[in-house]
Amino acid sequence: MAGTLRKNWRGHREASQRGTEEPPLIKWLLIGAALSFCVVFLLLPLANVFAQALAKGWAFYWKSLAHPDSRAAIRLTLTVAAISVPLNVVFGLAAAWAIAKFQFRGKSLLITLIDLPFSVSPVVAGLMFLVLFGLQGYLGEWLQDHNLRVIFALPGIVLATVFITFPFVARELIPVMEATGTEQEQAALTLGASGWQTFWHVTLPSVKWGLLYGIILCNARAMGEFGAVSVVSGHITGQTDTMPLRVEKLYNEYNAAGAFAVASLLALLALFTLAIKTFLEWRQSREFARARTAGRV
Amino acid sequence: MSIELRNVSKRFGEVVAVNNVSFTVREGELMALLGPSGGGKTTVLRMIAGLEMPTSGDVLIGGKRVNDVSVQQRNIGFVFQNYALFNNMTVARNIAFGLKIKKWRRADIQARIAELLELFGLQGLESRYPHQLSGGQRQRVAIARALAPKPSVLLLDEPFGAVDAKIRQELREWLVTLHHDLNVTTVFVTHDQEEAMEVANRIVIFSRGNLEQVGSPREVYEQPANEFVARFIGVMNVLEPVVKDGVARVGELEFPAPGQPDGQKLRIGFRPYAVQISSDLTQYRYRAVLRHTFFLGVLLRVELELPSGLIVRARMTKEEYAHQGLEEGCEVSFQIRQYRVLAREEAPLQPELELPYTPPPILGENI
Repeated sequence: MAGTLRKNWRGHREASQRGTEEPPLIKWLLIGAALSFCVVFLLLPLANVFAQALAKGWAFYWKSLAHPDSRAAIRLTLTVAAISVPLNVVFGLAAAWAIAKFQFRGKSLLITLIDLPFSVSPVVAGLMFLVLFGLQGYLGEWLQDHNLRVIFALPGIVLATVFITFPFVARELIPVMEATGTEQEQAALTLGASGWQTFWHVTLPSVKWGLLYGIILCNARAMGEFGAVSVVSGHITGQTDTMPLRVEKLYNEYNAAGAFAVASLLALLALFTLAIKTFLEWRQSREFARARTAGRV
Repeated sequence: MSIELRNVSKRFGEVVAVNNVSFTVREGELMALLGPSGGGKTTVLRMIAGLEMPTSGDVLIGGKRVNDVSVQQRNIGFVFQNYALFNNMTVARNIAFGLKIKKWRRADIQARIAELLELFGLQGLESRYPHQLSGGQRQRVAIARALAPKPSVLLLDEPFGAVDAKIRQELREWLVTLHHDLNVTTVFVTHDQEEAMEVANRIVIFSRGNLEQVGSPREVYEQPANEFVARFIGVMNVLEPVVKDGVARVGELEFPAPGQPDGQKLRIGFRPYAVQISSDLTQYRYRAVLRHTFFLGVLLRVELELPSGLIVRARMTKEEYAHQGLEEGCEVSFQIRQYRVLAREEAPLQPELELPYTPPPILGENI
């Protein structure tokens, strides 16, 4: 009896599958198209980067990276990231908090503004800072009088990078914070916790995976940003060249192997970011599932 | 500690969520705030907690005005509808949270956790995370967490809303026992009148931001302040007879209305228990067909359909039903023993009137 029932049930399921699924030919065509696109446009270039970098052998590869100007570029890139990522963590947390936990006028405007750096061409963003802080700019003379250098110096590069990478942390945090709601924080308040204690012990732990995810993406973009930084850096070799600018310069100087050596570092960073990103996504989806079973989402 | 609200109102923009509400929760009492959703009861609870500020009026805890006292300083325990447990902390750390904030000594915290785990039957679960608990366990952790710092009042928002029906009954009984053991002043919000009647010492009934009545379950059932309360607490038959020659008639039913002008429309209400039924067709004045029987446990509710199509709901015990040999579709005679003349919904109810028949002994419970 049970056997017949199961057979019936299975038969029914197969029928419904046949009804909703595409024919196998279309399925394989689509998968094939997606795969070959990935290979041609993503995997081949990536492999090519490493192949070109090592075209003249390991010795040349190390020499290219150890060149003082390359080392300066690496140092500058790390410095810029080390300043702009923490800044955007603070800004992103504040913006996400404001949007997810409060109701106020102009909220949708704020969300649009957060996305602005995504929709503006990086070159335009760079020019914006040039107009503001450059010698011919609005604040240029004042800065000159006070002996402050923004454009063609570290502050300008950091400013441009902060602008470009602003959305990453906030964008990641808003949905997570909206999903957790405010009840846990309110519960902490009723238990006597101050605003800061609530943030530290309740809010931050509940968004930690989303935050890390945002930081990783923010960092990858901060290190890889070219357009905006190119406008404000001034390309002073050994001083204001970041890694992407250094790659361009080496390439323009017909030093392809050297350019690809530095580029391979950026590519490695990308692969590393991808791995962490995948791991964090997995953790986060688990957290979401937990929160849902705990009746919190 | 006692809780008192004096002329408390709360507006959210244009919306008046709570309108000039005053009541007192006595020390050690278990009080229900009851009403349909949107009635303002949760807002009242949150104002007691300090999670919302009243637009006007005063909130007093232990006789002291606490309007300007922050939620952290009010020393209340609050249990949220969805429990709001800290997902990233174990059961033990959830319970310990308030104690750590209040800087209890480590040994005292450990002792308090052990005490609460035992009291709430949560031993062995201390290192679990909220997502590893059942709904009932989560609720107990939430209450344990709220009670850990020894609050002066315990506030619960829809404490039984998020669990399924079977556990709900268990939790109700458990809350009554817990309150009996701890004797902490407790206020809970519910939209379920049965739950309020069963659990609370006294009930505050809200409707659209207004306080309709405060009283013991028996008082609000037997002496409802107005039609809203009468209809919200338990079932009531409401009819609209028209007066002619000093008698109000609707279908076959007649109610005395001496001195009322012809054509006047009355509103008449009576409880199902005020209807008496007999299988002996000559015993009572009216005749009807027993259309439906609803089994509610010891009691059952029957729907009578009069020849005119009028429906009257009545209530009787299972024994009486069997004794009379009743079944769906059979013909019965019935009478209405007591009724009220109703005014508008908000107006105070008129006293109950007896109909001029000798009432046979009351059967069953008054619910």
